[in-house]
This record gives sequence, C-alpha cells and structure tokens, in this order.
Amino acid sequence: MKYTYYPGCALHATGVAYEKSIRAVFAKLGAELVELEDWNCCGATAYTSVKKTVAYAISARNLALAEKAGLDMVAPCSGCYYTLNRTREALSTHAELRANVGAALAEAGLELGLNTRVRHPLEVLLTDFGIDRIVAARTHSIADFRPACYYGCQIVRPFPAVDDDPENPMAMERLLSALGAFPVDYPPKVRCCGGMLVATVPEVARELCVQLIDWAQERGANCIVTVCPLCQANLDLLNVDHGNGEHRRIPILYFSQVLGLALGCSREEVGLQHGLAPVTLGATPLPVGVRGGTR
Amino acid sequence: MRSLVVDHGGPLAPGVLSGTERDLREAFLRDIDRIPGAARLSQCIQCGTCTASCPVSFAMDLTPREVIAMFRAGAIEDLLKSRTIWLCASCYQCTMRCPADISITELLYAFKRMAIERDILPPKFPVHVLAETFARTVTRYGRNFETGLILSYYLRTQPSGLLRRRRAGFALWRHGRLPLRPHRINGLSGFRKIVARAEQFDLPQEPYEGLGSRETGHATFGR
Repeated sequence: MKYTYYPGCALHATGVAYEKSIRAVFAKLGAELVELEDWNCCGATAYTSVKKTVAYAISARNLALAEKAGLDMVAPCSGCYYTLNRTREALSTHAELRANVGAALAEAGLELGLNTRVRHPLEVLLTDFGIDRIVAARTHSIADFRPACYYGCQIVRPFPAVDDDPENPMAMERLLSALGAFPVDYPPKVRCCGGMLVATVPEVARELCVQLIDWAQERGANCIVTVCPLCQANLDLLNVDHGNGEHRRIPILYFSQVLGLALGCSREEVGLQHGLAPVTLGATPLPVGVRGGTR
Repeated sequence: MRSLVVDHGGPLAPGVLSGTERDLREAFLRDIDRIPGAARLSQCIQCGTCTASCPVSFAMDLTPREVIAMFRAGAIEDLLKSRTIWLCASCYQCTMRCPADISITELLYAFKRMAIERDILPPKFPVHVLAETFARTVTRYGRNFETGLILSYYLRTQPSGLLRRRRAGFALWRHGRLPLRPHRINGLSGFRKIVARAEQFDLPQEPYEGLGSRETGHATFGR
C-alpha cells in the first residue's frame, strides 16, 4: 500500500518523534509513505483569524499538489488533518470561495484539486490494515504499558477521523489492548489541551494540562498516549516545570511509538529519546510461537 | 413615526444601533455568510450548551452564549473588546454539541478577523499578535517556524516571558525538538503569488446598498 504523506510543520520540529514512529510503523507493516513534494504549512486554524481566503488558498495548495500524486493523503497532526479537511469541505460546498481560491492557485500554475482524501494514520491503520493484521505482525509484548488514551480535539471533531463515538472514542484503546497493553479508563480523553494558548495565555493552558495529567495519574496510568504533536508538546512541557508543582513526571507518548515498540522497532527508531520525561517502560520480545495471539 | 436617526454623541434608545455598530454588523454578516454553519447564527436558542462545553469558559469575561446574545443586541464593539474571542482554543466542542448546529468556533474566527481588521481589541491582552506573527511567518517561509514564531511573539508582547519560558525552550532544544533555522519551501515565489491574489478577495468589499452611510437602524435577531 502506498500513501501520500503530509508531515506538517510540527512533525519536523517539536513532533519529530511522531514522524519517526509513524514512518517506522508504516515500514514495518510494509506500507510506503511518499512525502508530499514541497508541501507548505496547512495554515492551521490560526491563519483564519487573520485572512480567510488566504487561509483556504494556502491549504488548497497542498490539496492541489496531492491531487497530482493521486493517492490518499496521511496527515498525522490533528491540526493539519482538520484544516485540510475543512478546506476540502468549504471549497466543495461554497462556489464563490472555490472560484476565488481557484483564481489564487492559478497564479502559481496550479489547479484546484478536491478529490484527495485526507486521513489520519490511526484511522488508516485500523481500516486499511485492521487490528488482526497488526496483531499478527507484533513481535514484542507491551504489557507494561498502562496508557491513558488521549484523543484531544481536532481528529474527533468536527470531522471524526475514526468512525467512533465522538464523546467517547475507543479506537486507540481497542488497538493497544489487542496488542497486549492495559489502557485505563480516561474520561477527559476528548478535552482540549489548550492548543496555542500555551504560548499566549500559559496560565489557562497549564490549568487544562494539569487536569489532564492529574486525571491520568488518578486512574493509574503510567503514560499518556496522544495523536497530536501539539497535545504531546503541551502535556510534555509540564514535565519540565514539575519542580514548581506537586506533579510527578509522566511520559507523554504518541500512539505510533507504543505501536512501533510492539512491532519490534527500537526505542531510537520510534523516537523515545525526544520525550522530556525518561521512558522506563519497555517492550519485551515475545516467546517464539506466541505471535498473533492476544496477550 | 419618529425618525431613528440619532446623534452619535447622545445615548441610544434600546434596540437602536449606532452607525458604527450597524457597519460592523453588516460587514460581519457578509463575512459569515460564506462560512458553512456560521450563517445559522439566527437559529441560536440561547441554551448555553456552548458555554457549558467550553473548557476555557472559566477564564472568559463573556461566555460564548453571551457573545451571541451581545451580537444580536448590537453591542458588537463591546464584544470585540472582550478577551473571550481570543481565549478560544479551537477545540470545536461547542460546535459539535450545539443543538442548533451553529459553527460557534468559526463565528469566533470571524470576530477575530473583524477585530484585527478594525483594530478593536481588548486592552492588555495581545493574543492576536500571535495569529498575525504566525501568518507573517508562514508567508515568509511557506512553513511555520516555531522557534522564530515564539521568539518574535514574546519580543513584541512581553520580553520577560522569554526569561520565564527559557527552561522549556532549552529542554525542547536539548531533546532535538527545536530547529534553530527555518525551512523555506522551493515554490516560495509561487506560494507568495497565491497569497497575494487571495488577499485581494479578503479586502473589504464594496458596501451593499446604502451601507457606507452613517445612518442608524434597529438591531434584529440574527439577520
């Protein structure tokens, strides 16, 4: 299987571990990710605060480039996933906006393309590969992991990436428990981490993140597993400030990192070295012959 | 019937809009008319589900429900001066739960655009600078450059913030997560042409019939 890969800006900076682990997991499963040639920033939702048509136009440039490749596009960052899908929807339903954005793209010799599906890797793994195939490929036990599965905002709403209950998604729990981990019950799984408020109004963002971590620790989680580079960075930064509060440190991982470990990737391959809290949890090789079973 | 035209200096009767308010209102409705879900503003039943769902409403001076109520009452300048629209973290919980199917998050983005365009901003709350700096960064490189974005945001708003965040910055850098140089896309000149052309559509459009005049009018529910 082959996909166009849209990393987004964060995966080349604060989210570098996400990029490494996504690539490692897809390679282990025999799928190819082809990075979108000369992609630009999706504009995030922040650009919409400044200029509307420009926000849609720069996002549409990526869709236009992806159209040439003709493959489904995988966007691991929740912000990119949402922004690109919002652009697709708005341009499909609104003729005037579509015409304006089309005219802007024509300045760079590009043509509007709205047929490329923009998908989140969690959904791609569950739908195109399926839990059974992933479990059959596992080589290591991740029974030490008691993750709090944290979905955050923009892959759940307004365009749910996975066909799931938007108030209580269970996709990650299903995947990780099938691989032998023990996800804890985590009620705030779709609450917001504060997003960009971490830079602008840090005291508000901190309040949200502290609650998310408290909740995980109260439920006995030994790590939080995320799907978004911004959620990961915001929560992980509390691991730096922990001296100021009574917080215990807790590793904040990407779902793809845990998945990669179960599939036999090394700690470096999935980028555990980039986390701000040391990860003492490990994956142990399965005894020969146990592959494929659940636990 | 009594004329609705009133002096700008004097107090307004309830329900009567000043020229500025009317102008803001018309411009806003024109803007959101092109956003799916946001144009349903008139369907709001003031149930407060948005406020109850909002994770940051505890820090807001106006709740999301009140923002809609104030827009309908014609107090647009006051709501643009509130911190609320700049506290929204775009989590879309209100949008997803709204029983009237209003895209409240996108409404707040329309208010943000209007606030920046008209320079009507809350005092001592320069959150909009981040959005503007972000837009400039992206136009310059074609991609975001987080390190530069944060540096320039703090330098423009509160340089002391850089000192307070230095441990976080250092930790990220030490773990290989803070590139010190931006990445420029190859097609930067084409990218900038796209931005320049698209920007023309975002300029204030020709006013509708009689809109430019400083007349006043009644506040209406929604449209």
